[in-house]
Amino acid sequence: MDAALPTHAAMLRGRIFGHVGLMTGIAILVVAFACAIFAPLLAPHDPYFQDLAARLVPPVWQPRGTWLHPLGTDNLGRDYLSRTIYGARVSLLIGFSVMLVSGLIGTTMGLAAGYFGGRTDMAVSFIVTARLAMPVVLVALAVVALVGGSLVVVIAVLGLLKWDRFAVVMRAATQQARAQDYVAAAKATGASTLRVLLGEVLPNILPQLVVVATLEMASAILLEAALSFLGLGVQPPLPSWGLMISEAKAYMFFSFWMIAIPGTALGLLVLAINLVGDGIRDVAAPEGRA
Amino acid sequence: MLGFAVRRLALALAVALAVSAASFVLLRLSGDVAAAIAGEGARAEDIAFVRKAYGLDRPLIVQYAEWLGNTLRGDLGTSLYFKTDVSALVADKLPVTLILGLSSVLFALAVSLPLGILAAIFPNTWIDRLCLALAVLGQALPNFFFALCLILLFSISLRWLPVSGTGTWLHFVMPTIALGYYVAPAFMRLIRAGMIETLAADYVRTARASGLSPASVVFKHALRNALIPVVALAAVQLGFLLGGSIVIETIFALDGLGYLAYQSITYKDFPTTQAVVLLLSVVYIFLTFTADIVNAWLDPRLRVA
Repeated sequence: MDAALPTHAAMLRGRIFGHVGLMTGIAILVVAFACAIFAPLLAPHDPYFQDLAARLVPPVWQPRGTWLHPLGTDNLGRDYLSRTIYGARVSLLIGFSVMLVSGLIGTTMGLAAGYFGGRTDMAVSFIVTARLAMPVVLVALAVVALVGGSLVVVIAVLGLLKWDRFAVVMRAATQQARAQDYVAAAKATGASTLRVLLGEVLPNILPQLVVVATLEMASAILLEAALSFLGLGVQPPLPSWGLMISEAKAYMFFSFWMIAIPGTALGLLVLAINLVGDGIRDVAAPEGRA
Repeated sequence: MLGFAVRRLALALAVALAVSAASFVLLRLSGDVAAAIAGEGARAEDIAFVRKAYGLDRPLIVQYAEWLGNTLRGDLGTSLYFKTDVSALVADKLPVTLILGLSSVLFALAVSLPLGILAAIFPNTWIDRLCLALAVLGQALPNFFFALCLILLFSISLRWLPVSGTGTWLHFVMPTIALGYYVAPAFMRLIRAGMIETLAADYVRTARASGLSPASVVFKHALRNALIPVVALAAVQLGFLLGGSIVIETIFALDGLGYLAYQSITYKDFPTTQAVVLLLSVVYIFLTFTADIVNAWLDPRLRVA
């Protein structure tokens, strides 16, 4: 063994830590997760408490700003920093839950279509084509509005609608993995179909799955924000960033910061998730770097 | 080629049927049409009366068959909120959304073409990295937030453009930017990847070796072939943009299908919502069908399946 040659693990570590985008994304995500988990400890005030005597206080860097409310207060006198911190909870909860629901549906469909081929593949492809033809924002808005907007309804509707990309990517990846020797070897040793799928195929297409999962999480977060912004997503007084922008819209001409703060938080979170997704793709397959 | 086209058409029709059924059932299960017709504050017996009178107590499949039959005859029902013929209402708004969708795709192409070509000519340089960084940032920017920023900049600060409305072509400028920028990154990545591939191809090397100018090599030989997949993506993205125009049209009060859909959803106007969903699905199916045919025509290898 030549000691001068780096091991596989060391090379992988090098690729991960040398990837600026991936590291930036992880750093932002760590902050967002910390905000979501430790929101009660980090937030200086109760995000729902209305101090009607201190309405529309500007952030601390503006003339009338005060350190009591570093990012100011909204039209009902609620502390903006606290609401922004709690907003990370809503966005991450939605992103993760939608990703899990849609990931489960789409991955199952993609695995089945790619592994069994034939009629299963035709049926799944048809369902995916039909789903892609549906205007997803419009259908989601209509269903959420009719059923009544709440966190659970938004998660269920988006999760049940947004599995298409999982199915498409997992189908293609499974088709490739199915032809590999290790799948034939597992079959030859008498492993059951389920065992081959979950034990051999799935672990080998995991990198592709993770990349789609990040993309879908980012897209679910943006969709929830858009739905809530239109007033047809989660309902007030929940501190959702989309809802905060919607509530601040009437004041944006004089107080741009009121839409800029939740807007920046939303953009940064989505940026971080996308950076991590792109980074994982590069690290997992450096030869295919785009 | 004809056989391929016929098979694709059959598939498109089957998909249209499936989508119409799925969206009909989905909307009917989400809300109560009888309650919406009876109006706000209706008593239970009023709603029961409406349900019987309008035949809403029949099985869903029977109602769907009736709706489908009427739709195929061009009768989309009467709007519960606008109290007019839905077919006329939808036909009236469709051009606005089509113009917005087309101009947004053109805007996205106008941004992504030069950036994608530049990035491909200078791969792995700071130019390439700057273009990729712009693409990553663009994909992270929430479109409704960006739309509000555009209003503040162009309407309030600079006073160049109207805040909202539909009257003139000026009303389309901000919606076009707010809708189009979001798909530009996908175009840019595809153009860049395609250009890098074609620039390395043998025929491009031959063209270079025979002493053609660099501009001629890039634009006449490489770009033409790199654009083939972009045509297909443009058709698909146009479909997505039409579906996503609801947010942007609502912000700018641009009187198209998206704004109509938003209004119909808030007023629980079932026939109108149903019609817009169906129309946007059919437009999307038509666009992907056309893209498939055009691609198969350009590249005979795709004429299987």
